[in-house]
Amino acid sequence: MTDTMSPFAGGIVGTPRLRKEDPPLLTGESKFIDDLQLPGALWISLVRSPHAHARIDAIDASAALAVDGVVAVYTGADLEGDWAGPLPCAWPVTDDMKNPAHLPLAVGKANFAGDAVAVVVATSRYAAADGVEGVVVDYEPLEAVVDVRDAASDRLVIHEDCGTNVAYDWELTPDPDGVAAAFQDAVHHVTETYVHQRLIPAPMETRGVAVVPAPHNGDMTLYSSTQIPHVLKVMASLTLGVPEQKLRVVAPSVGGGFGCKLNVYAEELVCMTLANRHGVPVRWTETRTEASTATIQGRAQRQTIELAADADGKLTGVRATLLADMGAYLQLVGPGVPLLGAFLYHGLYDVPVYSFTCRSVFTNLTPTDAYRGAGRPEATYAIERAMDSLAVAVGVGQDEIRSRNFIPTEKFPYDSPAGLIFDSGNYQPTLDRAKELVDWDGRRAEQAERRATGSTMHLGLGISSYVEMCGLAPSRTLAALNYGAGGWESATVRILPTCKVQVVTGATPHGQGHETSWSMIVADRLGVDPDDVEVLHSDTAISPLGMDTYGSRSLSVGGTALWMATDKVVEKARAIAAHMLEASAEDLEFAGGTFTVKGSPDKEVPLAGVAFGAFTAHDLPDGMEPNLEAQVTWDPGNFVFPFGTHIAVVEVDEETGAVELVDYAAVDDCGNQINPMIVEGQLHGGIVQGVAQALWEEAIYDADGQLRSANLADYLVPSAAECIDMKLDHTVTPSPTNPMGVKGIGEAGTIASTPAVMNAVVDALRPMGITDVRMPASPMTVRRAIEAAGGAS
Amino acid sequence: MEVSVTVNGTGRSADVEPRTLLVHYLRDDLGLTGTNIGCDTSSCGACTVLVDGRSAKSCTLLAAQVDGAEVTTIEGLATADGLHPMQQAFHECHALQCGYCTPGMVMAAVSLVDEYDDLDAAGVRVGLEGNLCRCTGYQNIVRAVLAASE
Ligand code: FES
Ligand code: FES
Repeated sequence: MTDTMSPFAGGIVGTPRLRKEDPPLLTGESKFIDDLQLPGALWISLVRSPHAHARIDAIDASAALAVDGVVAVYTGADLEGDWAGPLPCAWPVTDDMKNPAHLPLAVGKANFAGDAVAVVVATSRYAAADGVEGVVVDYEPLEAVVDVRDAASDRLVIHEDCGTNVAYDWELTPDPDGVAAAFQDAVHHVTETYVHQRLIPAPMETRGVAVVPAPHNGDMTLYSSTQIPHVLKVMASLTLGVPEQKLRVVAPSVGGGFGCKLNVYAEELVCMTLANRHGVPVRWTETRTEASTATIQGRAQRQTIELAADADGKLTGVRATLLADMGAYLQLVGPGVPLLGAFLYHGLYDVPVYSFTCRSVFTNLTPTDAYRGAGRPEATYAIERAMDSLAVAVGVGQDEIRSRNFIPTEKFPYDSPAGLIFDSGNYQPTLDRAKELVDWDGRRAEQAERRATGSTMHLGLGISSYVEMCGLAPSRTLAALNYGAGGWESATVRILPTCKVQVVTGATPHGQGHETSWSMIVADRLGVDPDDVEVLHSDTAISPLGMDTYGSRSLSVGGTALWMATDKVVEKARAIAAHMLEASAEDLEFAGGTFTVKGSPDKEVPLAGVAFGAFTAHDLPDGMEPNLEAQVTWDPGNFVFPFGTHIAVVEVDEETGAVELVDYAAVDDCGNQINPMIVEGQLHGGIVQGVAQALWEEAIYDADGQLRSANLADYLVPSAAECIDMKLDHTVTPSPTNPMGVKGIGEAGTIASTPAVMNAVVDALRPMGITDVRMPASPMTVRRAIEAAGGAS
Repeated sequence: MEVSVTVNGTGRSADVEPRTLLVHYLRDDLGLTGTNIGCDTSSCGACTVLVDGRSAKSCTLLAAQVDGAEVTTIEGLATADGLHPMQQAFHECHALQCGYCTPGMVMAAVSLVDEYDDLDAAGVRVGLEGNLCRCTGYQNIVRAVLAASE
């Protein structure tokens, strides 16, 4: 579908453009953290608890110290005095939230398998790893708490000083009486419980850290494979007591993040403190096995959702309750993850009353935190699965139940029952188009025929219509949610004397293609070639102001700052051009990189002339500063709310339980698109990540809290062989909250795809009486569900 | 021990511990950091290089095992005239995002196209099963490999 509402006139934005990021990545020229050459650097390797819960009685490092190349070994107790504070949690969602001290190296007790208890410093990575083998830790194993319900019972309290395993209770019920009445009067009352398994984010590049000190002037540079160099600078400075002005944080090329690099980790602080102590660079690269336990995990929630509806299946109330697993400690934004979904358990449906409550508990497992979508995939999963149950209860199709409940287009901006204002939406066309793409009626007929002929290869169709809130976030809203920082973003546009352009952004890309998209925005508006725009980022010395990249925020927040900085620089150029042309600024038009006096087309000056004039400063208007540069920090007034409908078609083999994805359509609306090629790429990857939750991935823990899927042989990140070609289309409903009319797209695919696939799996099996299958729907899980339902054995 | 290989057409050698993996030899001893490491169970393919023309996971080989062999890494594909056709196809098909899997994926794809004459999409998907990408969902990678195979 075509877009007729774009504010861009330069012919660059809105058309696919190949990425300028690619050549260095394609040739091996890019430098990821482990590629940095740091002569004389010491390597560290962490001694990690093999037990999920254990007292640390004694640590004997003598054998390690005898290893050739090992320089030192430090225990948690040795370094305890180095920390000005524990690892930070920036989101104390309630005033009485329990936040157990989380030291970079555990002291006294390890609380999950993977908790670091000591560090070996050596002259090479091999020697550091050998040293770890030589550290003998005397553990007294304790019983582990691995199940959220067990944790909530407080049968065994993990952090004695907290007195309970409950980190917090949080509720959002604007109209309790209304909710009670809705359920009392409901004709249909659907109650469903779903489990979100733990997921391992698994970016292909693991984490890594390198710290370069300058002992004599006190400077320190922290290189980290992180999504958040700016946030990290503030947090590391507070946690270590390093003067912030002396600290520079650089994220080199980052090989994917998906939320797991949106954190402040022990290894960053340990490398910093050891670089201080030893006065030389100190570095660490995570192994994949370490990444499975020492890097945060995602999801890990039990949810109960209830729908109240009238006789026609029109929703009259939604109530959701959550039991969320924080893991052993609270990470940077972990407690806030359920809150990011808390407003969306009614999905994109028009519901008068709403209630959400969440209890978050500690377990002896790896801490959880933001993973692609963070809260919104969980919310979407609950409502979209439950809508299918409602369709069955009412006796209408899954498509019809949604159409009956979509927020009508004329209600936008929509005051949601959870207290948000949905910016814009037009939901029905996405459902209609997605049905077309998978030949919905044809597939339904095929399904019926297979059932009629007794085929054991069952076809299932699953719909997932979604809306999400992204573009994190209005700072005042974050304050109301007790978040410890703001949600603004910064951009600088600098037109150089030769009319080449430098853009500085506070967003921190790690695969999303900001350099290309940001260049397109500026080039489109300034009338320059995108290749003449250089985008600088990810280094706090170059880009001092920023809030980084997560929550699908870069374009709608950082891009808006960029739009405004471009405006500002054009206004300055206009004033200079007016001076040069002896015209008034209001009489100038700016198009195609040239200022022209309206009505006198021969009176013109190109931007290049203005740029050089601003540089020489020989003849500027009185009082004007030389040079063409503008910086803007923008704090959004609202979130943005992308939406769409995805449909999955699966085939389930009744005999083996194998599920195969046979068709997939996605119709998404992220408002105006800057680079449609990049939008599609984000969707492809996001969809596969969500499908993977439905069908393949799970961090499997045993009863002792041992991770049984700690590497890529056992944790099933899909390969090309399991994936299929997806059919994509889009609609365009611009957001009125920002001048470009854009919304985010980085998480949409993941948010939408998991319930689409699981609805399809359940749709295939529903004639057997199956109403839920636990994720991931592996052959064994599906077979068990079939057997439990009394189906074929 | 001394290990000598011809890397990207140039004879190189270094004195390494006998247990040194080929990938560490390339990265740490020869400074060729384009070849990446993504796992410790030979599952991800990020480390794929060509050894005597065929793709191999350089984390599963000891440097000593390739003594005397010809190794091609991602640094050896592009020429002064520009990107290798497979690199160009990845660029044109938007087959990379973060780019971390890309060197290994490109090397595996070069070897795959070299080995099979009439690849179709299914063949590419199975042929690249040993190379994981977390960003792209593979759709554009498959497209790129097919485009480069023509
Ligand atoms: S690093 Fe060699 S296969 Fe993963
Ligand atoms: S492009 Fe990021 S892992 Fe493939």
